[in-house]
Amino acid sequence: MLAESLALTAALFTIGVIGVLTHRNAIIIFMCVELMLTSVNLTFVAFSRFYGAAGQVFVVFVMTVSAAEAAVGLAIIIAIFRHRQTINLKDINLLRG
Amino acid sequence: MMILLLQAVTTPATLASHPLSGTAAEWLWLLPLLPLLGFVINGLLSLNGARFGPGDPNTPGHHPHSGAAADAPAISHAEQAGAAGDDHHAVKRHKWAGVVSIVGPGVLILSFGLAIAMFFAMTGAGVDSPFVQSYFTWMATGDLGIDAAFQLDQLSIVMVLVITGVGSLIHIFSIGYMRDDPGYPRFFAYLNLFVFFMLVLVLGANYPVLFVGWEGVGLCSYLLIGFWFSDKANADAGKKAFIVNRIGDFGLLVAMFLLFANLGVLDFVGVNARAIELPAGGALITAICLFMFLGCAGKSAQIPLYVWLPDAMAGPTPVSALIHAATMVTAGVYLIARSAVLFSLSPVASLTVAVIGAVTALFAATIGLKQWDIKKVLAYSTISQLGYMFIGVGVGAYVSGVFHLVTHSFFKALLFLGAGSVIHAMHAAYHRTHSHEDAQDMRNMGGLRRFLPVTWVLMWLATLAIAGIPPFAGFFSKDEILASAFERAHGSTLASATWLGIPGSTVLYIIYGIGIVSAFLTAVYMTRMMLYTFHGPTRTGAEEEKHLHEAPWVMTAPLVVLGVLSVIGGWLDLPEVITDLVPLGPGELLGHWLEPVVGAATARVSAGEVHASVTVEEMLILVAVVIAVAGIVFAWARLKPARLVRKRDAVAEEGFERVVAEKYFVDEAYDRAIVTPTYAISRNVLWRVIDNGIIDSFFVNGSAKLAQGFGWVGSKLQTGNTGTYAWALVIGVVAMLGAFTLR
Repeated sequence: MLAESLALTAALFTIGVIGVLTHRNAIIIFMCVELMLTSVNLTFVAFSRFYGAAGQVFVVFVMTVSAAEAAVGLAIIIAIFRHRQTINLKDINLLRG
Repeated sequence: MMILLLQAVTTPATLASHPLSGTAAEWLWLLPLLPLLGFVINGLLSLNGARFGPGDPNTPGHHPHSGAAADAPAISHAEQAGAAGDDHHAVKRHKWAGVVSIVGPGVLILSFGLAIAMFFAMTGAGVDSPFVQSYFTWMATGDLGIDAAFQLDQLSIVMVLVITGVGSLIHIFSIGYMRDDPGYPRFFAYLNLFVFFMLVLVLGANYPVLFVGWEGVGLCSYLLIGFWFSDKANADAGKKAFIVNRIGDFGLLVAMFLLFANLGVLDFVGVNARAIELPAGGALITAICLFMFLGCAGKSAQIPLYVWLPDAMAGPTPVSALIHAATMVTAGVYLIARSAVLFSLSPVASLTVAVIGAVTALFAATIGLKQWDIKKVLAYSTISQLGYMFIGVGVGAYVSGVFHLVTHSFFKALLFLGAGSVIHAMHAAYHRTHSHEDAQDMRNMGGLRRFLPVTWVLMWLATLAIAGIPPFAGFFSKDEILASAFERAHGSTLASATWLGIPGSTVLYIIYGIGIVSAFLTAVYMTRMMLYTFHGPTRTGAEEEKHLHEAPWVMTAPLVVLGVLSVIGGWLDLPEVITDLVPLGPGELLGHWLEPVVGAATARVSAGEVHASVTVEEMLILVAVVIAVAGIVFAWARLKPARLVRKRDAVAEEGFERVVAEKYFVDEAYDRAIVTPTYAISRNVLWRVIDNGIIDSFFVNGSAKLAQGFGWVGSKLQTGNTGTYAWALVIGVVAMLGAFTLR
């Protein structure tokens, strides 16, 4: 039962990573990051089923933090869009050396 | 420093049983300290005046006659202004000149008094070992233990008496000569500092302390040669003296290193005791002595390092008298006499010293024949006489070398101060008439005996002394040197040695011959100088003649004292062959006096000597006298002062005369062979290749380029593209996870 749960979360996490790496649109990348966080939450839940309730507590923490992060992240994306009329990350490279 | 010394003196590490304990010799430390005190006072006064007083020596063009004469003394306007009532520039006398005139010579006279007290303490107590005062440990590392220590013995007291005695007279002379110079306190500060270092040199109880004095007098020589430094020629002369002396100092340092490496000690008592452990005549002792002699050749202006001394005449004339005639340049002779034990163990090195001395004596004497600058004549004369001293110490007659050192300091100081008096008068005359003639050129002089009678008489005394006319001082000392060279040829460790494949006795006979020829030339060039300066018609100029006058008493009084010493100085060491003939007094005073210091070394050199018979000795004296008289007569008969023309009308010499007048082009040869190649190598190799090419381009700019390159690569990694960073992160995580799982 644990093996199947972990396989699912690993698959979800990998999908998230690939999404982050391949997409240029900030919103999509943002959603992919959320997907990765969710897959990690699932892992916690799966483990808590076998090792006690601590995993459930962590899930609550992660969801709280990711909600805050989503608020900040979306605010930044909106700010960037207002400033440059684009959220394509290819065009946003001010830190280039 | 004073407190340090005072503290140390309360518990001096001297032998309680030494006969000099509790006598005036206990005040040994005060001897150099007095001139140092004078230096501090005069130095502070000079700084004060430079800021607030009139006549800042740093003001450009304060020395208006630099073009006409290298050595132009300040003029005593004060004594003339009233009479002439003219409107010449105001006297730029320093505001502290009065104090300096008391402090400067005063400290030296006190030192001289102390030295006399010590001398009598020594005559009272039978002293057969040096009186050593150790103040503190200077260097203590590993096996090297060097104390800051002074040593009083028969040799050092002779030197101290000469330095403080002749030094005092020259200081007094300087009051008159330099009084109106804007840098008057600075001058006395340097002069006092010089005496301090000179006393450290002769009182030092080991080679390193001696070396401190050795370098110190070199520094003061540099400062005083370039005293009128706003004139580039003077500053260059100072630099030349300093640099040439560094070559010699390298030799002295190497000699000290060798001594320490092989004997493990550097104090004179220890070296003298342990020197016999070295194989006599071996390569090691010869190397030590030759390196040491290189130092002496630099300091005492011997071939090949003599070139700085004639240029050193750029300094004020009292400096030439004190440093470049009487004291500093004789330091090399002192060093060899001090190291007599070492030199007596190496016949080859001793012969080298004597040969270099003889060649220098002859070489410099010939140049002296054709010089027109009165101070240049005396400079080459000094080099020549120093050559005689080196013949003396080279042939193992250390007493005669020191004897000539003493008498030479009397008559050469007199000659230089007399020349100073002449230049003073000439310069004053030219200054009054706003003429820009050369005040030191003898072609502009002539007939000065009518204007400077005191100087004239006294300089003739000195001339007779240096030429070797009995009974003047120089006769006895020079004769003793030549007689020693002749006697050593008859069986001695030198005569049985070979020098560059030539038997030692042959070398010694040649040295004697060169000495005789040089004595003849000495008489000729000195008579020439006197004739052209004081005799014949006056070529100074009709208008200028009215302003020629004898120097003030403060300048002539020291001349008189030196004149007396030049006459009676020979009584210090009368040869017994003369005291047997004429009852002049006790013979060989100096010889007996120095016996505890150099007696053993002299005996070692003269071992197996066949003492010349009285007839031979008398013949040698006769030859010396005849040669000296012949030289004077020859010069008097051949040279016609009446035919001389003034410097500006003189035609250039031709042929060999020109070669001699141009000093054999030695300076030019050194310039081509050493200076120019050094410059070329410095510029083309050291500067362009090594400095610019390797150090600057490769190391300095190269390391900067390297850092820049790394920075460029690093900056290219920063694309600013989020995707790239994400990829890098993922690849890194995968790599690390892979590394952990596959481990």
